[in-house]
Amino acid sequence: MKIKPKIGVVSCSGECCGLGTISRVATRLALEELRPDETVTICLPLFLAGEAEEHGFAKEYPTIAVDGCGKRCAYKAITKYSKEPAAGVDVEALLGEWGIEAPKGRRTLDGDGLKAARRIAELLAAKVDEIQEAA
Amino acid sequence: MKKPILVIPCSGIGKSFGSISRDAVFRVCDELRPGEADTLCLSLLVMGDEEARRRVSESTCIAVDGCTLECSRNNVERSGGRIAAHFRVMDLLRENRGLRPREVTFLDGDGEKLSKILAEKIAAKVDELWEASP
Repeated sequence: MKIKPKIGVVSCSGECCGLGTISRVATRLALEELRPDETVTICLPLFLAGEAEEHGFAKEYPTIAVDGCGKRCAYKAITKYSKEPAAGVDVEALLGEWGIEAPKGRRTLDGDGLKAARRIAELLAAKVDEIQEAA
Repeated sequence: MKKPILVIPCSGIGKSFGSISRDAVFRVCDELRPGEADTLCLSLLVMGDEEARRRVSESTCIAVDGCTLECSRNNVERSGGRIAAHFRVMDLLRENRGLRPREVTFLDGDGEKLSKILAEKIAAKVDELWEASP
């Protein structure tokens, strides 16, 4: 029987704008609702502040980096301290492709922001399945 | 012209405490003290972004952490920032034992209450630091 690895889904902290909030909400929705038994996460600031134990996270699990903007802090941090993520998502680029405006608020998401977060969560779930299949 | 006080949450994603830290900071920066308080991306700062490092080095900072690991304080200090005040959601929970926040993605009622209490405390500290700043 093939044992599927758990997938680490790591969101940027993204305090600067609503894109970070979408990144974070999409990650939580994937973890809590869509693939609760297949995924794990770690706080990016903890990963960054951490030592070998925290940095071992991405060596132990294939990861998906979820970034709010093109600066791609999560992707770069995982690559720098562990190994290159199995996949990466850039929320800003995706919203551009889908023709959705970036949310104005950052504390709570409006209707369009929430819809975008759910759509990205679905995308993350599909990536989790793909990575597990390929493992 | 005075520079805004930088209020930086840990934005922890594993428990409700991190969500409360983040929510409270946005309340302060966007609703209670806009112009006097601002925030920045903690991860961007730690990844060495020059603009973020410059802002931190030139500003008075407040770190807001969810748990005892204190990722915000540790990361800001490691990046050359000077912490003028520090808040922890864990401490707030001890002062408000009746409140039990559980949700992470979207704060539940107790999480919202704690966020409001924390935001008021941070805003009061912002006022104090703002008054004292040159």
